[in-house]
Amino acid sequence: MESAEYRGTPSVIDRYFTRWYKTDLKGKPCEDHCILQHSNRICVITLAESHPILQKKKRIQSINYQISAGCSRLQNKVSGKSKRGGQFLTELAPLCRITSTDGEEYTIFSCIRGRLLEVNEDILKTPDLLLEKPSTEGYIAVILPKFEESKSITEGLLTRAEYEDVLLKRTGESKEPC
Amino acid sequence: MLPLKTKDRPIVRALLAAGCCARCVLRFCCIGLQSAYRQTYEDLASELHAFVSDEEGDKPSDGAKQERPEDPPCKKARLETEQGDAEDGDGAGGTQPQPETDVDTAVSSTVCVVCLGVLQHYCDKTFAKKVSEVVTAEDYQFDSLVLSVSLPAQLSVREHSTWLLVKKQVREKGVCLGKDDVIQVKEAFKWIMNDLVSRELGVPVLAKSLFEVSVGFTHPETDGDCHFLATTCSDCFKPAKNKLSVFTRMAVVKALEKISEENFRRRFPCPPSRPSTGCAAQDVQCLHVSVFVAGRYNKFSRTLPQTPWVIDGERRMESSVEELITAPLLSSFRSEGFNFCSSGREDVDVRTLGNGRPFAVELLNPHRAQFSRAEMHQLQEAINSSSELIRVRDLQIVTRDAVAHMKEGEEDKTKSYGALIWTQRPIEKDDIEFINNIKELRIAQKTPLRVLHRRPLAVRQRLIHTMAASFLDAHHFHLNLRTQAGTYIKEFVHGDFGRTKPNLCELMNADTDILELDVESVDVDWPPAVED
Repeated sequence: MESAEYRGTPSVIDRYFTRWYKTDLKGKPCEDHCILQHSNRICVITLAESHPILQKKKRIQSINYQISAGCSRLQNKVSGKSKRGGQFLTELAPLCRITSTDGEEYTIFSCIRGRLLEVNEDILKTPDLLLEKPSTEGYIAVILPKFEESKSITEGLLTRAEYEDVLLKRTGESKEPC
Repeated sequence: MLPLKTKDRPIVRALLAAGCCARCVLRFCCIGLQSAYRQTYEDLASELHAFVSDEEGDKPSDGAKQERPEDPPCKKARLETEQGDAEDGDGAGGTQPQPETDVDTAVSSTVCVVCLGVLQHYCDKTFAKKVSEVVTAEDYQFDSLVLSVSLPAQLSVREHSTWLLVKKQVREKGVCLGKDDVIQVKEAFKWIMNDLVSRELGVPVLAKSLFEVSVGFTHPETDGDCHFLATTCSDCFKPAKNKLSVFTRMAVVKALEKISEENFRRRFPCPPSRPSTGCAAQDVQCLHVSVFVAGRYNKFSRTLPQTPWVIDGERRMESSVEELITAPLLSSFRSEGFNFCSSGREDVDVRTLGNGRPFAVELLNPHRAQFSRAEMHQLQEAINSSSELIRVRDLQIVTRDAVAHMKEGEEDKTKSYGALIWTQRPIEKDDIEFINNIKELRIAQKTPLRVLHRRPLAVRQRLIHTMAASFLDAHHFHLNLRTQAGTYIKEFVHGDFGRTKPNLCELMNADTDILELDVESVDVDWPPAVED
């Protein structure tokens, strides 16, 4: 990460977003997600830097937003200020499946309750964005939590400090964490 | 002298018998002579009494000249109530003439069945004084006023019932009379009161004025009078959010137009029943039409929002452009509130330099509305000396219509910006040279994440007309941009998660961020410049 001193000011993410984390999703080790919550409550779902895809610098075979036979995140459309028509997601709703060239499949989850506003279609055309800019251009999806839940949705998530603790413990527990 | 004709006599009798006040009798006789209403109630009542009781035609009632002697003498209004409807007109010859005083008492002391006392007890100098005292106490500046009256909705039901009574008379007499010819309660009220209030306040009371004085009347006793209409004409009474009751005056009038005479007569007494109380006057309301003040503002602070910034009920910043501008305006115009609008807005951390941003303030219910050019200039100085954070120019009073100029063409105007750019990769002078050659760059912007919570998701095409880059150091340069209004500059620079394309990061092939942003000009040529 860039240091704030070098830039003179914090980055866009540091200025406007709070970083939240969810680790070992669905019990799968190191499949960590990062949730960037804007001060206006909007959340951007990204891979955490400790996710196996990034840690092991995997090559992406495919990214699939078709999460079941009847449901594709690409079909999601919202209209108007109130974002009518967006798919409503719960914490463990899958957003997409990413297959790496070594045959592994990773499912990316919503992590929070809210209305799906958009998914990042650019990573379909340029999967490398996911590896090169995981926390900006390589984001997975944008989700709008309910107004009344904008505080509670992050209750089950880890703060940056807690996440760093988890990472530290992992390196302590085994030489080969992921 | 009352311009009543012989043919009116049975109508007048029937109305008096039904419990109509003297002025309502004139209304239903379609008397359009305003002075007739303006005489005191007592004079009018006794004149009317003289008219009905005049059988020989030798009394000084000018309309009664051709009157036939077989016309019966006056009838006792109170006794007549019950059978009056049945034996109205000139059929009831046997009744004993009553002393004048008795009729007078009946006419003046009982509450009118139609106007519920509005034309009896609220159309005199005393009430005009009361209204005027309220207006004077409010301390408005005005050179004319319009008097408006709000009557309880059930008055229309009573008016309709009485009209049916008169219609019956008219039919029997073969006289042609339309409901539209009947003088409205409001009209009669104004004929009397406009003059009286005008005399009290010393300004003309007109049909139209910027300053409105409203008097309202209620009559709780008969509020239920309208309710039967809901069962006969349910589609006239649809509940709406901002209505206290579905029985608005308009809805009642509409329902009365639809209901058949038979149906109405079955459900409502004709003539109307006698009330035991008169209308109550509500508080007098004064309202001056809004005054619009326009100008241009500069904002020199990066910690000053344009409008108060409140999150979860808590204030984020101490002040705002809006408050700094409107506080002196509110106190000078002694206005009760305001609406602030501007040609676009800048973020809290953005300065607005140059000629400033056009704005307009609607001042609601101003107690003072007239300011000379010199006074407006003083007001501008007062705003400018109140804070270092903003500056206002071209402050002037404008019309409501002119404010539309500010909003029209907001999209196709251009805006100029100055930005301090940071680049992650070290740069040299030559690395930014190419930026100066980019002309009419078309960019596609998805609604920025920072405003997405309150605006629809869309992709907007915007033009960056020209850019000029000037090198500062290895990681910084200054960028001037002339763009189509509505372009999100910050997102163009940092890319907003790749949601603005192309963005400066792509053009530079390096991460870039925006550290400072200034609006240099808002190219809207309104409001006109004011010379100092």
